[in-house]
Amino acid sequence: MPGTLLLILLLAPALAVVACLLVRATRAGEIVNLLASIVVFAAAVALVIASAYGPRHYLADYVVVDMTGAWVILCTGVVYLLASIHSIGYMRLVGEDARLWIFYALFSGFTFTILLSAVMNNAGLYWIAIELTTLVSTFLVGFERGAESIEAAWKYIIIISAGISLALLGTILFYWCGSFVLGPTYQMTWDTLRAAAPKMNPALASLSFLLILVGYGTKVGLAPMHTWLPDAHSESPAPISAMLSGALLNSAMLGIVRYLPVVQGAQNERLARETLVAFGVVSLVVGALFIVRQRGIKRLMAYSSVEHMGVVALGFGFGGPLGVAGALYHMLNHSLNKSLMFFGAGNVMRSYGSKEIRDIRGVWTRFPVAGALWLAGAVGITGAPPFGLFLSELVILRAGFERGYAWSVYATALLLIVIFIGFLNHFRSMYFEADATPNAAAPAISRWCVAPMWLALAPLVVFGLWWPDALWDHFVAAAQALGTAP
Amino acid sequence: MPVAQLDPLAASIFSFLAIASLLLAFVMLGSRWLNNYLYAFAGESWMIAALSAMVGYYGGFPELYLIALLTALFRGLLLPYLIWRIIKRLDVAREIHEILEPSSTLVAGAASVIFALIVSYHIGESLGVSGNVVVLALTIMLAMKLIGFLMLTARHEALSQILGLLVLENGIFLGAQLLVPGMPTLIEIVILFDLLVVVACFGVLVRYLVAHVGSTSSLDLNRLVG
Repeated sequence: MPGTLLLILLLAPALAVVACLLVRATRAGEIVNLLASIVVFAAAVALVIASAYGPRHYLADYVVVDMTGAWVILCTGVVYLLASIHSIGYMRLVGEDARLWIFYALFSGFTFTILLSAVMNNAGLYWIAIELTTLVSTFLVGFERGAESIEAAWKYIIIISAGISLALLGTILFYWCGSFVLGPTYQMTWDTLRAAAPKMNPALASLSFLLILVGYGTKVGLAPMHTWLPDAHSESPAPISAMLSGALLNSAMLGIVRYLPVVQGAQNERLARETLVAFGVVSLVVGALFIVRQRGIKRLMAYSSVEHMGVVALGFGFGGPLGVAGALYHMLNHSLNKSLMFFGAGNVMRSYGSKEIRDIRGVWTRFPVAGALWLAGAVGITGAPPFGLFLSELVILRAGFERGYAWSVYATALLLIVIFIGFLNHFRSMYFEADATPNAAAPAISRWCVAPMWLALAPLVVFGLWWPDALWDHFVAAAQALGTAP
Repeated sequence: MPVAQLDPLAASIFSFLAIASLLLAFVMLGSRWLNNYLYAFAGESWMIAALSAMVGYYGGFPELYLIALLTALFRGLLLPYLIWRIIKRLDVAREIHEILEPSSTLVAGAASVIFALIVSYHIGESLGVSGNVVVLALTIMLAMKLIGFLMLTARHEALSQILGLLVLENGIFLGAQLLVPGMPTLIEIVILFDLLVVVACFGVLVRYLVAHVGSTSSLDLNRLVG
């Protein structure tokens, strides 16, 4: 059963790419991509449920469906669906109608690579899947072909390729670690690595893990390796910003999470966890500083992604059932909430014709409904109740106390308050300061652009008020599968 | 491969090839002409191909002959050809505004080799294999990594940055041949193909840079800040 689901999950975007390339028509591309995203979403939900019955291995152990991987797939599926709906309305405003079929082909291809990375059971192939996500998404980042977009695309591919080559070095060194235990040739699956971990050389294992952490950490956007993130997120079309933030970052975090039990087995748990926690706190510091003084609306959202990936890193760094549960829950809530924020930012940007916060005034009068949704999202993304992120951040902070990282919990709480004030201050000026140049010529924002905002906000409120027991059980089981003792 | 019990001839061939590739990385650091970068890179790739074949022969890994052949073809011929096409399309032949003089870059490169040696020596000691090919391989792997990063930071032409990334990859690949010669062939082949795709993507992006930014120097990529 999970095998069929997995096949459907991967085939849907792959077929969408083929269809887009064959038909070469924009409207057809929109429909095909939307259909693929609906199928992916349905399959992802089913896969999460199916994954609860234990991990399944396919294709001679090269592919695995486990709980953490399925969860990342679910986050990807959610964002893909929302972004596909949004892109139908949004991309028509970009004015590149003739080339849009390329966009949709790349879009589904990008999703395919993310989904692929989440099911790779071999550390080397996982690396390649992550590399592929970069190559495909570079062209999405530079899709609008302006000087800024191309600059962002170039910086993106150079920084990520350099960073990820460190992860390759770490992967090779881990293979070398394992070869002392398992002999020169073996399949480098996550399970074999974990089994070999207790006999690995601790010094070499630490070096490898640190390289992995910096390498994949670049892709996750952990500070100080985050420098590509604000450029890429702010210059790509809004649906792609949502995909980068809500789907791609999680898929790279998965790599770090899968190596954690290995290094834990190699008697280096403390070092690995403390480094991850430190990266998390530094990301929060950088996020807070740049959010407070930010001038670009999408860069504001991008730095908020740096912040939230920092929080997820804290969750996994703290570990334990609470930490892992909080981090996984945070991933989904962040995917939903950040999509909402990028959709709103994209709509506003197109309407005002500017990316600068100071040009955006009087949102309230121009967008009574969509503006309200966006403001609710802003309250949610800063971690205020009654939205999902509040609950998951609270759980992660509790995990910090429980696992003896009180210092970082205090620092995090302080930084979250700074971010709350800084972030909402920008929204205050955008909503409550008078519109200096009320122009009527702004392009109308279609329903396609507003509908996904509703779809993102509704589950956020539900998750903020009620954490389903089934989800909690799922997270605890995932934490156990990751080897964190209760 | 039990690298610890190599016969002396094999050990010296391995060391020679590895050190020669490191020196070629220094050639890149010391030059400011894009063409020289390209030749040095191609030479380095051939060294690595030879190394793969030698490790295959002395270590008893016949599948490495295939890897050697593919390395020579892809890294030694196809990649340099792709890069040569990119160079031809550009109207720059050399780095014009150096961020760091080639001479200072060489000193920094030497310092990074020493740093790599210290790290590898400690790792080798903790593994109980200090003072042989393993330490050398690890040193060169880390040193080429640092040199690649040095090229990425100290040079600003788009092409130098591409080659900097390729040096990073070469270093890893070289080290992998010596440290983990038994690595599954599938992975190595996929990584080789992946490199081709990467360079093809870079080629397209360079064209976009010329067309839409009007410059291939990272010094002119200064619109996005903050």
